[in-house]
Amino acid sequence: MARTHTLDVPVEAAPGRARKWIQILRRAPIIPLVIILLFVGTAVFADLLTSHSPTKVQLPKRLRPPAWTPKGDWTYTIGTDTLGRDLMTRIIYGARVSLVVVGLTLGLGGGLGLVLGLLAGYHGGRLDSFLMRAADITMAFPIILFAILLVAILGGGMFNVVVSIGVVLWARYARVIRGEVLSLMQRDFIARARVNGCSDWRIIAVHLFPNVLNTLMVLLSLQVGWLIIVESSLSFLGAGIPPPTPSWGSMIAEGRDYITRAWWVSLFPGLAIALTVLAFNLFGDWLRDTLDPRQRQV
Amino acid sequence: MNTTRDDVVLEVRDLHTYFFNRRSTLKAVDGVTFSLRRGETLGLVGESGCGKSMTALSLLQLVPQPAARIVGGEILLDGDDLLHKTPREMRRIRGRHIAMILQDPQTSLNPVFTIGNQLMEAFAVHQRQPGRALRRLAEQVLQRVKVAAPARRLHDFPHQMSGGMKQRVVGAIAISGAPQVLIADEPTTALDVTIQLQYLKLLKEIQATTQMALLFITHDFGIVARMCDRVAVMYAGRIVEEGPVRQVFRHPAHPYTQALMASVPKMEEKVELLTAIEGQPPALDNLPPGCRFAPRCAYTEPRCTQQYPPDYTLATDHTASCWRLETL
Repeated sequence: MARTHTLDVPVEAAPGRARKWIQILRRAPIIPLVIILLFVGTAVFADLLTSHSPTKVQLPKRLRPPAWTPKGDWTYTIGTDTLGRDLMTRIIYGARVSLVVVGLTLGLGGGLGLVLGLLAGYHGGRLDSFLMRAADITMAFPIILFAILLVAILGGGMFNVVVSIGVVLWARYARVIRGEVLSLMQRDFIARARVNGCSDWRIIAVHLFPNVLNTLMVLLSLQVGWLIIVESSLSFLGAGIPPPTPSWGSMIAEGRDYITRAWWVSLFPGLAIALTVLAFNLFGDWLRDTLDPRQRQV
Repeated sequence: MNTTRDDVVLEVRDLHTYFFNRRSTLKAVDGVTFSLRRGETLGLVGESGCGKSMTALSLLQLVPQPAARIVGGEILLDGDDLLHKTPREMRRIRGRHIAMILQDPQTSLNPVFTIGNQLMEAFAVHQRQPGRALRRLAEQVLQRVKVAAPARRLHDFPHQMSGGMKQRVVGAIAISGAPQVLIADEPTTALDVTIQLQYLKLLKEIQATTQMALLFITHDFGIVARMCDRVAVMYAGRIVEEGPVRQVFRHPAHPYTQALMASVPKMEEKVELLTAIEGQPPALDNLPPGCRFAPRCAYTEPRCTQQYPPDYTLATDHTASCWRLETL
């Protein structure tokens, strides 16, 4: 339900300046969209956007400050990192890593969650109990801890990061999709499909799946930001994408020891994470409001 | 109407469908026997919760699993017992041999597809055909249920149609497989009276051309009088009286049928208060050992509460189970 402004009921205290801006951003998803497109664009065209190598070490040029500072130099717009690599280049390539990890985990977790949620909701009974208890157990694990554990066993690398996040992620999707399916099963068109001789498979794929697509989309978009943070956190802790591949999280970690001398090494990847996550969250909120009006009050 | 024995399409013998839960067993359908002939309409009447819908779902073996189970009886379609079919064989029977129209047209269609898609699916489930042929079939079947401008209507989504229109589409889907038996589970309850009449007429017309047998579930005696050749009155999971509509309406034999008839308001009399049947139907998990209607019956004798009365034949095709009929 849209909030109506009545004169006598001040719902909240007068919003501060920051709040006001957030409100405006919330209504117009243009800025988040631009940031998202920028993020995806840089990730896809990383090679074209920069002439520097993201991994080649140039120790003499280490810790160059950003261009606009007194000692700066326009070859390295926002400076270089601890091993003399161009920070901008690494952030651009880092976007690619983030995008790939997020895409794959969402694909794996979302896909798994979708399939298991549909099955649990449709078949009910023992399969449902089993899958939902499994989801409960999975959700009881802190995702970061679980991922560190898995990476410690399997070793680092993109594939293992994706798998370790994906196997925890499915539970949320499965739960929500199952709930949605349960409510759909009460409707007569499922009964009609069955009366008409449709197979179980057909009912799930043709009648249930398109009806849960909205919910799935909203859920996916709301979790992109969170996944970027999870990936960054893992990389920051050294359990994610191993160096020298640039990842925003590990870039922050690298700059940690130099924060007083070279603030830019940590700051810019941090900014990149913050902006992207914010953009995805605002976009997700907007998508939810548009596609799923029921949840608007939540 | 031709009523030879050979014309029987569907015969149900002593059907039992129970619901099981941890504490009790609910006998939703408890020994139902009836038969349907080609081109005939049988009305199944009774109050809510007497097992009408469960009987229908049992025929298709779509009782809500795992809570409910068909525990006994025979369902003979052309002499073939459906209870011995595999789930795969059953699926081929649904829609093609036995179809069903559900109660609520508002939710009977999938909101995300056009009705054209859903009609085409109904055909595609039964026979593999190219899309173009399916579209033509869909158009033809829409024409048969008298939807105007069927070619254009195919592109409509369910929410763009009225309730009556939607129920026609549901009807079209049901007859798409040219079934021998069509079960209509209160198909007009959700429609207003004018549309109801049109719909019933339409069903009759389709039945006349296809000679399918119609099992019409309702609690409306007006509809029974209008639609049905024979009527079966159900009470607490059993059929208590069955016979030709005229015969049953003129000479109801079972006290329950009599009470039901008495409670129907009449046009020609001015009534202050409608006659009601005192009491409640028995709980299905705790049925009395004798006649189920005994606690509410005006003519209860001692043996009524001890033993279930057998079926007595009163006239051709007219049977009822009540001890009072023994003396006749």
